[in-house]
Amino acid sequence: MNIHEYQAKALLKEFGAPVAEGVAIFSADEAEAAAKQLPGPLWVVKSQIHAGGRGKGKFKELGEDAKGGVRLAFSLEDVMANAKDMLGNTLVTKQTGPAGKVVNRLYIEDGADIERELYLSILVDRTVGRPAFVVSTEGGMDIEAVAEETPDKIHNLPIDPDTGVTDADASTLCDALALDGQARADGMTLFPILYKAFMDKDMSLLEVNPLIVMKDGHLRVLDAKVSFDGNALFRHPDIMELRDETEEDAKEIEASKYDLAYVALDGDIGCMVNGAGLAMATMDIIKLYGSEPANFLDVGGSATKDKVAAAFKIITSDPNVKGILVNIFGGIMRCDVIAEGVVAAVKDVGLKVPLVVRLEGTNVALGKQIINESGLNVIAADDLDDAAQKIVKAVKGGA
Amino acid sequence: MSILVNKDTRVIVQGLTGKTGTFHTEQALEYYGTKMVAGVHPKKGGETWSSGMESAAALPIFATVAEAKEATGADASVIYVPPAGAGAAIIEAIDAEIPFIICITEGIPVADMVKVKAKLEKSKSRLLGPNCPGILTPEECKIGIMPGSIFKKGSVGVVSRSGTLTYEAVFQTTNAGLGQTTAVGIGGDPVKGTEFIDVLEMFLGDDETQSIIMIGEIGGSAEEDAAQFLKDEAKKGRSKPMAGFIAGRTAPPGRTMGHAGAVISGGKGGAEDKIAAMEEAGIKVSPSPAKLGETLLEVLKG
Repeated sequence: MNIHEYQAKALLKEFGAPVAEGVAIFSADEAEAAAKQLPGPLWVVKSQIHAGGRGKGKFKELGEDAKGGVRLAFSLEDVMANAKDMLGNTLVTKQTGPAGKVVNRLYIEDGADIERELYLSILVDRTVGRPAFVVSTEGGMDIEAVAEETPDKIHNLPIDPDTGVTDADASTLCDALALDGQARADGMTLFPILYKAFMDKDMSLLEVNPLIVMKDGHLRVLDAKVSFDGNALFRHPDIMELRDETEEDAKEIEASKYDLAYVALDGDIGCMVNGAGLAMATMDIIKLYGSEPANFLDVGGSATKDKVAAAFKIITSDPNVKGILVNIFGGIMRCDVIAEGVVAAVKDVGLKVPLVVRLEGTNVALGKQIINESGLNVIAADDLDDAAQKIVKAVKGGA
Repeated sequence: MSILVNKDTRVIVQGLTGKTGTFHTEQALEYYGTKMVAGVHPKKGGETWSSGMESAAALPIFATVAEAKEATGADASVIYVPPAGAGAAIIEAIDAEIPFIICITEGIPVADMVKVKAKLEKSKSRLLGPNCPGILTPEECKIGIMPGSIFKKGSVGVVSRSGTLTYEAVFQTTNAGLGQTTAVGIGGDPVKGTEFIDVLEMFLGDDETQSIIMIGEIGGSAEEDAAQFLKDEAKKGRSKPMAGFIAGRTAPPGRTMGHAGAVISGGKGGAEDKIAAMEEAGIKVSPSPAKLGETLLEVLKG
């Protein structure tokens, strides 16, 4: 789960990290009051969307020459004008895709005198199974580009979970970022704080880009991007409250209510599969035979009839879906449960597109019997190859 | 021969008394009499678990893994405990010095697995999973949730990050008449116990395993690491015919595809890089998950 920059900064501040003063607003009317709470004379007006590249992003509704999603303001009037310009408009960045995201929230922040921009993130390094700091002196830029062009400027430091960030670790990070004097002293305190926030809140990513050295020598978290481990949210009700559903696909929100792993895609063949690997492979094979998948959907191993029915309804609610492929290899998941769920859902919402069903594994005979006796207009398939070819043909042939 | 488990493997179950644990323990007992020897439940020590099958097998329940091991001489423990308590369950098994721990549970917080991994590195235990289907040696031992009916004793070693794709590979090699020595599901989490390399090392060293199917997916670099390992081993004259598959060619970057570990992040972990690395290591990568058996047959025919 992702949260907004202003929420991430508030969270980091609780742990003692240095962040600028700022106020989040939801309408342009609030801009003046918000700016007055800050010292000035420089303000930063920042679009709050769950995507990076905001500064270089473009608003769809404004002209090519209009400024991006993060703007400097030198007066109260400037703050208000920019707030009006940005709120409610659609920001397109390299991470949003061409559709962009509507800016519903702004964060108005106290400006900073920047001496140097650095990069810092914490994530779990899966090759060693430990949390690791990734730091670079090349901050404020696209870190993937830095990694591509100058990999030697990126430093990776895994942390032993039994000890946490030791003085030696913090010192290594300071060296990697070429921090000295006040900035070094700040770093020695800041790195363990960020690590503690990462661990205590079950983050999957904590990215500070840039972390800045200010003209007065102090460090400050200038931007913050935080994602949480969805599997650990059960122990963080405070984090759950930060979820912004307007940032998510409606079908994905519906799917999450049923604990279904669903990802909306752009194609026209809806898929319902058990197992993440098989669900990905099903998408791949649809593409292999010349069509595009409309979604990823793993019903999981312990789905009930109701959950399967809900999954089927989510697929059929997508207007792009021109055909549906149900592909089940029952291990934990029993084929009869899938069959019952599909039959129940179709009885409820009807079926306007071709449906290909491939069942294999646990209770396959019973599953096939349920489908056959339901009287549904189902195209049966023998294996995954056969199933993929049949659904692609049915959709392309307009059958 | 098989790897890791055989007809003599004695297995205890953490989370036996739940619905999932009960169902799959019954299935294991029915699968060539896998030696399921006890269950563990902190509050039900001293009770007895009875299966609903005709044979009405009964297993003793112990309050701790250590007691269960002491009483039964178990070599393995399979874990069906729900995600919130599964990390602690693995640690209990490590502390009890269970040699082989298999964790089926999906959805364990990564931070819990980080703690498990640190503990595991200082122990003699091997962990398979979590978020995996387990392991099965045909006609001998079934630990976990793989459907026994699709297996056939034979010559192919199967190793996979995905449960259902393991079943595809098993089913297809059975239909191709090859059968399997052992199928190992290493699981879809980013932080886990056994990796591809560990299993490949065992398959290379196992005389009965004459060929190998390896199934990976997007995310991380385990496939690339495994490919490098295979290349290094081949230079020493150790190699076996291999077919493979990578799931997630069509997955969009930055999105987690069901498995917590299946995500392309920071431009890394994409399918094409993995396929290239595997092909370079001599693995014939099938473009279709439905053609794993066929692909392996082609490789075997040379």
